[in-house]
Amino acid sequence: MKKPFEIVVLSGKGGTGKTSITAAFASITENAVITDCDVDASDLHLILSPEIYKCENFASGAEALIDIDKCTGCGLCMKFCRFDAVEFRNNFYYIDKYACEGCGLCAEVCPAGAVDIIKCENNRIFFSDCRFGPMIYGEVGIAEENSGKLVSQIRKYAKETAIKTGAQYILTDGPPGIGCPVISSVTGSDMVIAVTEPTQSGWHDLQRLTEMTGRFKTPLFVIINKYDLNEDMTNTIEKHLKEKGIKVAGKIPYDETVIYAMLEGKTINEFQPHGRLSQEINRIWKTVNKYP
Amino acid sequence: MRIAITSGKGGTGKTTVSTCLFHVFTRYLKYDVQLLDCDSEEPDCHVFIKSKKTSVCPVNISIPYIDPGKCIFCGKCKNVCAFNAIVMLPAINFIEADQDMCHGCGACSYICPEQAITEKNKTIGKLSFYDYYGNGDFIEGRINVGSVLQTPVIKDTIKHAREEGIVLLDSPPGTSCPVIATVSKADYVIMVTEPTPFGLHDLRLMADTVKELGKDNGILINKSGFNYKPLYEYIDQNKITLLGEIPFKKEYAMAYSKGEILTAYDSKLNDLFAGIIKTVLNEKTV
Repeated sequence: MKKPFEIVVLSGKGGTGKTSITAAFASITENAVITDCDVDASDLHLILSPEIYKCENFASGAEALIDIDKCTGCGLCMKFCRFDAVEFRNNFYYIDKYACEGCGLCAEVCPAGAVDIIKCENNRIFFSDCRFGPMIYGEVGIAEENSGKLVSQIRKYAKETAIKTGAQYILTDGPPGIGCPVISSVTGSDMVIAVTEPTQSGWHDLQRLTEMTGRFKTPLFVIINKYDLNEDMTNTIEKHLKEKGIKVAGKIPYDETVIYAMLEGKTINEFQPHGRLSQEINRIWKTVNKYP
Repeated sequence: MRIAITSGKGGTGKTTVSTCLFHVFTRYLKYDVQLLDCDSEEPDCHVFIKSKKTSVCPVNISIPYIDPGKCIFCGKCKNVCAFNAIVMLPAINFIEADQDMCHGCGACSYICPEQAITEKNKTIGKLSFYDYYGNGDFIEGRINVGSVLQTPVIKDTIKHAREEGIVLLDSPPGTSCPVIATVSKADYVIMVTEPTPFGLHDLRLMADTVKELGKDNGILINKSGFNYKPLYEYIDQNKITLLGEIPFKKEYAMAYSKGEILTAYDSKLNDLFAGIIKTVLNEKTV
């Protein structure tokens, strides 16, 4: 059986148009499993309005809890903790759960066995079907951590689903930034499409992103969205990318159609199938598809 | 007083708001203000705060080194490690801590019965110090490309917050650990959103997070003008303070693209930001 081809859409900077473009791609390809790995702020489902048929809780982290009845007040936990997660208030020791990394060292050093390590199971993974195919996406629990592990799990399920259904592609809406969830999204994928915008911040963030993806040797394409907002900046970006040997798959003009499509819960290509944005997105999809 | 500027969704204008507040607070209201860029993955305040670095210091964590000569392959370090960072293959006498997985908690070196583990510093990011309006009033936390440990970089950045005056924290996007590391250290949270379905969806997540953390907060709508009713209904129903609205103008997007502070580009916005500041300070002092 042929391995599904996994495309991850990233951006470095947030708000450049990753999700709108991923949604448009989803409406072009007919044989994909779609995932949203921007688990902090997953928005793709707002356009694809999938029907969820299964929801799974996912434990991705842990945190310590001190039993104050057992605590003898020796303070060893506070002394050993490297994350400043133990507080001393009113003669008792407490864990600051927002600072705790769940390493468990405090439980090891506690002579009274007063520290429990509790798994956090507040993350969720949704299995669903949308009008373009199966969709798997996740949501981090409120004030939860470790979104990287959640991303890996979503991608694992997507791969299983793709193999089961014979899907040719896995199309992933990735998280912003370059940190843990982004690295989890890129590891082992087949192609990265980076959506940028012609702003100094967009360019700065794209450079950090390309440095990160460069470590994985994953093929990379760049889309310059809202390119006519600052054409000098667009030219600068194109010139530098060319020097680095990075391909620009296309340039999409600034257009409020994107917002109107979003309001109707449609992809850009559904909203205006023959509009200039849709035409350019179709062309980009063909360009990146010449690769595999 | 520490004010965090956040948003669930990326690209709503956190950095725009942070740099405008920095500008208006300092230049027009003559406050002592410090700006800390806590978006360590993609710190962008420096694009707008054009100033020379005065100094740089590394952010380090302690990474274990295991001496295979001393190791008896008892597996205690591997078992205690919550981050699956210890790779152990006794058959070929191999044991190593994976530097990218390790969080530097020290549990393995504590548990090792043979003292086979020593620790060395590993640099995961850096802090850059700048003088813009005054001494050391802008600090940027920046994680090294490839590192996954945003939280220690953010914690180190916030350790340099002044005790007195106003400290602005430009937060990373989202709602998970790097955001918590920033918002949990703030006294007030400004949630920046935009009037779109995406903006509202992510604002809800942010508002729930801020509520869970028990922080005073208000909403600032950026790119306003587009009458997206569900956002205003949400703000009304949840009785969240609406601090103000920055109108959408293509010329603002263009000024942003060139790295201009919006209030310096259009001084008409000064009153708007002065009003926001007044509301925030009043809510905190009442």
